[in-house]
Amino acid sequence: MANTKELRTQIGSIKNTQKITSAMEMVAASKMRKAQDRMARGRPYSDHIRAVIGHVANASAEYRHKFMMEREISRVGYIIVTTDRGLCGGLNVNLLKRAVMDIKTWTDQDIEVDLCLIGNKATQFFRSYGGNVAAASSHTSEEPAMSDLIGSIKVMLDAFEEGRVDKIFLANNVFVNTMTQQPTIRQLVPLLPDDESDHRYPWDYIYEPEAKVLMDGLIERFIESQVYQAVVENGACEQAAKMIAMKNATDNAGDLIDELSLVMNNVRQAAITQELAEIVGGAAAV
Amino acid sequence: MASTVHCSIVSAEKEIFSGLVEMVVANATEGELGILPGHTPLLSGVKPGPVRLVLEGGQEEVFFASGGFIEVQPTAITILADTALRADDIDEAAAREAQEKAERELVDNRSEIEYGRVQSDLAEQAAMLRTIRKHRERKR
Repeated sequence: MANTKELRTQIGSIKNTQKITSAMEMVAASKMRKAQDRMARGRPYSDHIRAVIGHVANASAEYRHKFMMEREISRVGYIIVTTDRGLCGGLNVNLLKRAVMDIKTWTDQDIEVDLCLIGNKATQFFRSYGGNVAAASSHTSEEPAMSDLIGSIKVMLDAFEEGRVDKIFLANNVFVNTMTQQPTIRQLVPLLPDDESDHRYPWDYIYEPEAKVLMDGLIERFIESQVYQAVVENGACEQAAKMIAMKNATDNAGDLIDELSLVMNNVRQAAITQELAEIVGGAAAV
Repeated sequence: MASTVHCSIVSAEKEIFSGLVEMVVANATEGELGILPGHTPLLSGVKPGPVRLVLEGGQEEVFFASGGFIEVQPTAITILADTALRADDIDEAAAREAQEKAERELVDNRSEIEYGRVQSDLAEQAAMLRTIRKHRERKR
């Protein structure tokens, strides 16, 4: 008899967990819609500016911006964007695994790595994993403002400008669809030329006003928009991954409850049958 | 038929226009630019002001861009605007009110940082009103 009671409390506690996970699933679903919206709005700008920068890096310009020149590499920087909170499946783990693998290829060549971390999860991870953290920011809101991010990124860009870091990568999750998020690492500076356009003959832009002023503005805008888009995109990924993780948890809780109820009913039936047998046996004896 | 070039106007918030055009007229930092298909590569800043597109077939459309960049490639023109609006969407009353407010602030407030911001606000609002006026003339 004690057995059915035990099972009943177990089922009760699983039901409570299920309620929480299903509530979290619904919250994530509604947040995801907003986050996806935000991401979709920013995408055209960040894609176009990346294309423009690709063209610019392709041009054989008379003026080469500092951010366009490849240098000998003695130190590289990573900007890693993760979520602040957990419970979103393998999202952060996958990204961090990718990043660590990438970082290892540099350290194997005796090249040091500086890290700029956005999001609590990255900070926690690298605190235990080790690594040279140059800047960290966390608790960005769901509607990140550029001003929240610019501080920690500036540390990296300044390091690049002063020649302390020779390459900067940006690592974040890219939203493919609700089910798939792709951990991606892209080179941010020096600017990468796009390989689509043809290089058969050298060409250059007409600059109005002069190239330097223009490039400074354009490149600043480019980096801002790329990092902003990475953070917004990561936000959408977080909500999508959370929704899926919570949906799985809810489903699993349901399965567990079904199984346990079956066991409990069996036990109860057995107890009733035994009791009846005892009564009948007792009556027959009298 | 006149030749066309692909043009897209994107702002930080969304893609405003994307399609084939016969000509783009934009307010660049050095003055007004008229760009036809097959233009040599050009990179320039954009001042707050109207951007006029001549669409395929001669129809015209006016947009407002509040600063940004324009990139011209022989086969594509990209305008990266900080904010952009269709001229139809500009609220004239709101723009005028903002302009008046900025003018008032300019009189009242003389601290240096503020001054710069207010002045750029003012330029932006004036440009917005200019866009509306231009748009009206064309409609008539």
